[in-house]
Amino acid sequence: MLVFIIRRLMQAVVVMVVMSALVFGGIYLVGNPVAMLISDQASEADRLAVIRELGLDQPIWQQYLTFVGKALVGDFGKSFRAGEPAMRLIFQHMPATLELAVIAMTFAVLVGVPLGMYAGLRPDSLGARSIMTVSILGFSLPTFWVGLMLIMLFAVALPEWIPGWPRLPSSGRGPTVDILGLKLSFLTAQGWLHLLLPALTLALAKGALIIRLTRAATREVLPMDYVKFARAKGLSERRIVGVHVLKNIAIPIATVTGLELGQVIAFAVVTETIFSWPGMGKLLIDSILLLDRPVVVAYLVVIVFFLVLLNLLVDILYSVLDPRVRLEATAR
Amino acid sequence: MICRKAGAVLAVALSFAVAAAWPAAAQELKIGLSTEPSSLDPQYHNLSPNNQIALNMFEALVAQDPAQNLQPALAVSWKPIDDTTWEFKLREGVKFHDGSPFTADDVVFTIERAAKVPNAPSPFTQFTKQIVGIDVVDPLTVRLRTAAPAPLLPVDMVAIRILSKKAASGPAPEGKTTEQLNRGEGLVGTGPFKFVEWSRGNQLVVERNDGYWGPKPAWKKVIFRPLTNAATRVAGLLSGDVDLIENPPTVDLPKLASNERVTLARALSNRIIYIHLDQFTEPTPGIPDTGGKNPLKDKRVRHALSLALDRNAIVQRIMEGFAVPAGDLLPHPMFGTRKDTPIEKVDVAQAKKLLAEAGYPNGFSITLGTPNGRYINDAKVAETIAALWTRVGVKTQIEASAPPVFFKNRDEYKYSAYLAGWGAGTGEMSDPLRALVATPNPERGMGGTNKGRYSNPAMDAKLAEALRTVDDEKRRTLLQEASKLAMEDYGILPLHFEVSVWAMKKGLTYTGRADQYTLAYLVAPAP
Repeated sequence: MLVFIIRRLMQAVVVMVVMSALVFGGIYLVGNPVAMLISDQASEADRLAVIRELGLDQPIWQQYLTFVGKALVGDFGKSFRAGEPAMRLIFQHMPATLELAVIAMTFAVLVGVPLGMYAGLRPDSLGARSIMTVSILGFSLPTFWVGLMLIMLFAVALPEWIPGWPRLPSSGRGPTVDILGLKLSFLTAQGWLHLLLPALTLALAKGALIIRLTRAATREVLPMDYVKFARAKGLSERRIVGVHVLKNIAIPIATVTGLELGQVIAFAVVTETIFSWPGMGKLLIDSILLLDRPVVVAYLVVIVFFLVLLNLLVDILYSVLDPRVRLEATAR
Repeated sequence: MICRKAGAVLAVALSFAVAAAWPAAAQELKIGLSTEPSSLDPQYHNLSPNNQIALNMFEALVAQDPAQNLQPALAVSWKPIDDTTWEFKLREGVKFHDGSPFTADDVVFTIERAAKVPNAPSPFTQFTKQIVGIDVVDPLTVRLRTAAPAPLLPVDMVAIRILSKKAASGPAPEGKTTEQLNRGEGLVGTGPFKFVEWSRGNQLVVERNDGYWGPKPAWKKVIFRPLTNAATRVAGLLSGDVDLIENPPTVDLPKLASNERVTLARALSNRIIYIHLDQFTEPTPGIPDTGGKNPLKDKRVRHALSLALDRNAIVQRIMEGFAVPAGDLLPHPMFGTRKDTPIEKVDVAQAKKLLAEAGYPNGFSITLGTPNGRYINDAKVAETIAALWTRVGVKTQIEASAPPVFFKNRDEYKYSAYLAGWGAGTGEMSDPLRALVATPNPERGMGGTNKGRYSNPAMDAKLAEALRTVDDEKRRTLLQEASKLAMEDYGILPLHFEVSVWAMKKGLTYTGRADQYTLAYLVAPAP
């Protein structure tokens, strides 16, 4: 088990190195960060001075080596735009994204699993059929459209048409409470109001996926022998579904949920932009557009590490949930 | 059953929460910004979003009124003592947010700090580098000495917002560092609002400075929220999350104008959208079919391209009326503009005739470069221009790129023609002339954005003389003559001036500004 974990972490390091090299090369090819940052009215001399200060006058391979040298001691450079250390910026924005992602996935699971199980248990009922149809919509509709529609509906249209309908905030994050140095907003009532629409937007697509997955897994587990034996033994339907079926479908659901959670954390960019949610995704897209290389590289390095860690946890969880699986050092 | 009960409880709790959370925000103003400031340090990044935030909390010696004319601010008067010295008399009785008095020492500290800010992506030294010495005559009089005549020094001082020497001093060479200022340490100015808190990406909160020397702003508290997505910004206004937004997207303007719960404020800006033509290389990269010749070097061809443009149609159809056709680089009556500037009327027949005279009866092909998303409707305007030029025989293709790619290509001279914009920060004619049509000369800081490399020695001479002339009227005439030379030579093709729009909820008014700044103290409840 230990060897397995170490192996995974080493793979993470390799990926991080490759990632950083790609980002350096990519941004270098796109354009000159200084052109995006500097005021149009600055003179040529000022422009050259800024280029020199940011180290952009050196050849690209030299810039990369300097970066690697500093990164080994944890210094990922200062954001070109904000002047603050890139890592610190990312960690400042991380709690917002984590909060949104976890709450969205929780919604998705809490709604998706019961609905999916229902659809799997009674596949020919009207309820099941409508659930499946709606789930298709769920993951086909683009996130930005869903987000904007929710805003127009719950923040603008419904409060206007129906007097007394509570108006949900259309953007931003609510007031936060400091817990262990992290600023979290789901502990305040206003914070929940701000969280609802973006979490719903994200939860829709992920929930649809979980519904379909749960349904398929339920359908697969129901004809199994142990379920038949449990029925034959006279166990209540509730226990069969709640214990035997649920535990066995937990594995694929846990795996997919873990992977999707990683996806949401890393790439909730669109939702964060639509709702002006001050998270990492929005920071990333703004930095890309401004060619703020230190932030982009730092972000991707953090995400790579985080995703590898998440995958590792999912694998460990897998082995915990399913006694038939043993994590082998030479496997995978 | 449990679920249903829980649902009902949730709904009730929700409506209570909303009702309770709805503040009696009579004196609170929420503004939706289109771009977030990168820093609160007023000397770190010379960019509109940063500058407009700084102007709420800080003031400079000189201010610009909505038409960008100079007005006294922290300096009550200024005059040139001799050709290379300006004397500024400072305002008496001004206090910083922390109660300490404003004196000449703060001016000296601020001016000297500009050069010391490290890693500034757009340093403010461009405004202070002409100053070679500062003399403090008495606590309320400062003399700034320059090496050469600097008639525009008062205009440069508009950008230097005064920090408090007492509050912003510190162990680092620049006193308080940019990072410290971003956290609010030392962020003390003399402006109408004082800093409360800033959470990057979320909101910036300021509150009224009750000790302000000028007119008291109407708002006790102002919250700036960055809403970069245009649709979210509009939704924020319509839903009441914000009271005022800047830069509503053009497509929504007719709808907002007819919405009775929304008021629009507009102001002619100092931003000119123009087309630059490569008048230097031969052959030029975007014109492949003229046998190696560069037709843009011929004035008749440039004139023809200008005649082919239907500026009124672009303004009406693409900009929905929120632009003004341009015949010069700044709109009248800004300093240095002519009252009788002619605006080229579209004339297809004449354009074709000129092209034939110049030796291109069948026109030629050209590629027009444009950024996509940098200026209002830039790509759409470029597409329209392509159609208009093709109509006279100049078959045009568009190359639209994301702004970083566009700037890279432009700076590497890959375009024969490109569309771009320029906002004249100083509010007077030497700014665009110097940047856009002066012969490129990096040491003197001329022609920095003249990527078509147009060169007109006569205009250069007039401009150089204007930049040395301290007398306002003489300088005005020189600038008028210089711009006339550039326009009549078709060195650059001006298209239109953007009209900035601010949308706000009914009951508010905003005094629009030519520099496109959104300032909280200019928002007032409607009388």
